[in-house]
Amino acid sequence: MALTGVQIFKLLPKTNCKKCGFPTCLAFAMKLAQGGVELSACPDVSEEAKQTLGEASAPPIRAFTLGTGEKAVKIGGETVLFRHEKKFVNPCALAVNIKDDLGEEEIADIAAEVANSEIDRVGQKLRIDAISIEYASGDSAKYEAVVKLAAEKAPEAAIILNCKDAAAVEAAVKAIAGRKPLIYCATDATAGEMANIAKANSVPLAACADGPEALSALTEKIKALGVEDIVLDSGAKTAKEIIEDNTRIRRSALKKNFKPLGYPVINFVLRDDPVYEASIASVAIAKYASIVILSSIEKWKNLALFTLRQNLYTDPQVPMQVEQKVYDIGEASADSPLMITTNFSLTYFIVSGEIENSKVPSRLAVMDCEGLSVLTAWAAGKFTASKIAQFIKESGVESRVSNKELILPGQVAILSGSLEDKLEGWKVTVGPREANAIPTFLKGRAA
Amino acid sequence: MAYVVPKESFNGKVLSLDFGKGDKAVSIGGENTLPFLSFEGEVPNRPLVACEIQDCPPDDWPDTVKNVYKDVSADPVTWAGYCRDELKAKAIALRLVSTHPDRGDRSAEDAAKTIKDVLAAVDVPLIILGSNHIEKDADVLVAAAGAASGYNCIIGKAQEGNYKTIVAAALAHNHKLIAMSELDINLAKQLNILITQMGFDKEKLITDPMCSGLGYGLEYTYSVMERIRLAGLAQNDPTMQPPILGDVGMYVWKVKETVASEPDVPDWGSLENRSIAWETITATSMLLAGTNLLIMRHPAAIGNVEKTIDELM
Ligand code: B12
Ligand code: SF4
Repeated sequence: MALTGVQIFKLLPKTNCKKCGFPTCLAFAMKLAQGGVELSACPDVSEEAKQTLGEASAPPIRAFTLGTGEKAVKIGGETVLFRHEKKFVNPCALAVNIKDDLGEEEIADIAAEVANSEIDRVGQKLRIDAISIEYASGDSAKYEAVVKLAAEKAPEAAIILNCKDAAAVEAAVKAIAGRKPLIYCATDATAGEMANIAKANSVPLAACADGPEALSALTEKIKALGVEDIVLDSGAKTAKEIIEDNTRIRRSALKKNFKPLGYPVINFVLRDDPVYEASIASVAIAKYASIVILSSIEKWKNLALFTLRQNLYTDPQVPMQVEQKVYDIGEASADSPLMITTNFSLTYFIVSGEIENSKVPSRLAVMDCEGLSVLTAWAAGKFTASKIAQFIKESGVESRVSNKELILPGQVAILSGSLEDKLEGWKVTVGPREANAIPTFLKGRAA
Repeated sequence: MAYVVPKESFNGKVLSLDFGKGDKAVSIGGENTLPFLSFEGEVPNRPLVACEIQDCPPDDWPDTVKNVYKDVSADPVTWAGYCRDELKAKAIALRLVSTHPDRGDRSAEDAAKTIKDVLAAVDVPLIILGSNHIEKDADVLVAAAGAASGYNCIIGKAQEGNYKTIVAAALAHNHKLIAMSELDINLAKQLNILITQMGFDKEKLITDPMCSGLGYGLEYTYSVMERIRLAGLAQNDPTMQPPILGDVGMYVWKVKETVASEPDVPDWGSLENRSIAWETITATSMLLAGTNLLIMRHPAAIGNVEKTIDELM
């Protein structure tokens, strides 16, 4: 069970040396008890204290990495139930399930789709993170061959071995041991064998039982056999089971510090209709899954699910922002049009994307408005005529343009008069209200 | 280690409200738990999806959704009939778009006539929405409330700038009322307080904290809704207990993802599926955050969301 601040304090050096960044050992102990810092921040803590505190100071939900290499994904490590409390930490991994009895060509194609699934959205590169390969053939040699094929065609994806047969799993794990596949899954009946395979190959293991209670008994068993990186499957299949079980699991881990359920959760949301499947996947993404297994990964579906995951995992306190500066888009020259917008990532990426679409080389002055959209920044008094004038003057862009004309977002047309007064010698032009009208607008001017 | 089911029991409860008449009347709200957590509380009513129609053809809707209604959308009565007969709509939301000064500036009397016609022809519970023009809505919704007198409708949206006249009209004609503020829990609370101080019963209110589409601020709406629910349940704050509205369709069917053609954005795949998924996922997320009433446009998206609700109940 968790230790209280005072219990932790008793184990610290009590020198108040401040090296941990806290004024006193007691202050540090209090913070540690809440899970806000790591024990390693105190350099002088004794080995004995480390041992005693190790368990108690471990994060309430274990975090570890799925897969290997640059595109490996970290899962788990969550600290809250609601995103307004604090940022959700590690975006859930999205995976596609492939049955090993599909044709070789089809398997290679799906794996290639995974490899090519990356999309750029608001400056983040988002992708399908993993492939789950389901043992449907009953032929372990075939399974091993398919696992190898998929791993080779999607060289950076994490691999999930969706197979309850210990012998088949063992062969497959060995075939791609370097990829650190996740074994899915151990049940009460196979826990011993599966845990041994996971341990011998240093790979994570999913535990599958009927409901949180049975699951907690199973993870204790697996942990006792020496496996640390465990993934939870409570058997939830319907949307209701997903939201209820995942809530019970997350609450147990966070509010009761109940270690047997302090692991990331996996949900299978397989449905025949792909749009409907996307809806059920949203339930899992929003309600605490760390791995979501899909049956298909069409481009439109990926885009929608990536976007939802990105939305829910952004920091609720700090909107996503880009750097304040004057960006060149295309081969901008002194004659190119100059536009202005705010530094909210979404705004910047939409506007710069449309400028690119127009193929008219341009400059986009991006002003720091603490990451607010154009209208929000205007309403909050951060995107005003005097602030814009000051920014333009200080940016030095004046010396780089032959024609002192600034194009404003149409939403803040109201600023044009006062801005012209404040920016002497400049002409202020009102652009379109919506970014999707920018190509027509820019091409019209160029003509 | 022994597992104990981590249940929460709340003192507060979401208020329940009914609208419509006779055997078509519907109820929403009433739960005393966070969305769909039946293991620790009661969820007596399923969230309701209303089908959105307009008093003029939806010229500004993207093709994917506009084409569904192309044979019926010239006339609101025909359109409402289609929603009842073909789509089996449980509720209809009629938006009086053409009363907006920039969209035709039709008069309040015109709007009242439209409403009378729709109500006379179609017995499905009706939500009557203005054009979201603060001053004009004050006139239009007053006339609309009168025209719908006795039909137990939901009217809206009352906002900070116009709530007084609209509240008075809803009160006089015994309608339910949507109070809308802009993505801020304190503003939502304050508006509900102002409205109840006028003598309007909180049991007849619906809170619209303002919706936003997937990828375009959804996370703000999601978190404001979650916070409203927690305030109503855990802190038992009565001003935060009315059912919540998610006016999904109008925020979804304008973003690039529901408009851009496949040749324009080959990386985004099928426009049809993409746009329907966009509305579906936005609505599903709102349900998880606490929405009791959704307003949606595409029948396929509504179908997916209804199926998801079936699974969640
Ligand atoms: C999400 C949101 C918020 C978030 C902030 C999100 C953020 N990072 O900015 C929060 C909740 C914090 C917020 C707060 C407020 N908000 Co606010 N918010 C919104 C909302 C829903 C979406 C804004 C958004 O993200 N838009 C998307 C981006 C991409 O749009 P954009 O930056 O305008 O860019 C578009 C165009 O302007 C154009 N464009 C951009 N740059 C350029 C440049 C050129 C040259 C051209 C040609 C075009 C162009 O292209 C883009 C795409 O078309 C809008 C309502 C709505 N649905 O639009 C209200 C809205 C902007 N907010 C509003 C208000 C009043 C506020 C508050 C003052 C009130 C409050 N609730 O407390 C506060 C102020 C914040 C503060 N710190 O004090 C009002 C503004 C009203 C007005 N006309 O003045 C709006 C319009 C809501 C409304 N209907 O009343 N808000
Ligand atoms: S670094 Fe360690 S010893 Fe020093 S004040 Fe912090 S907790 Fe105490």
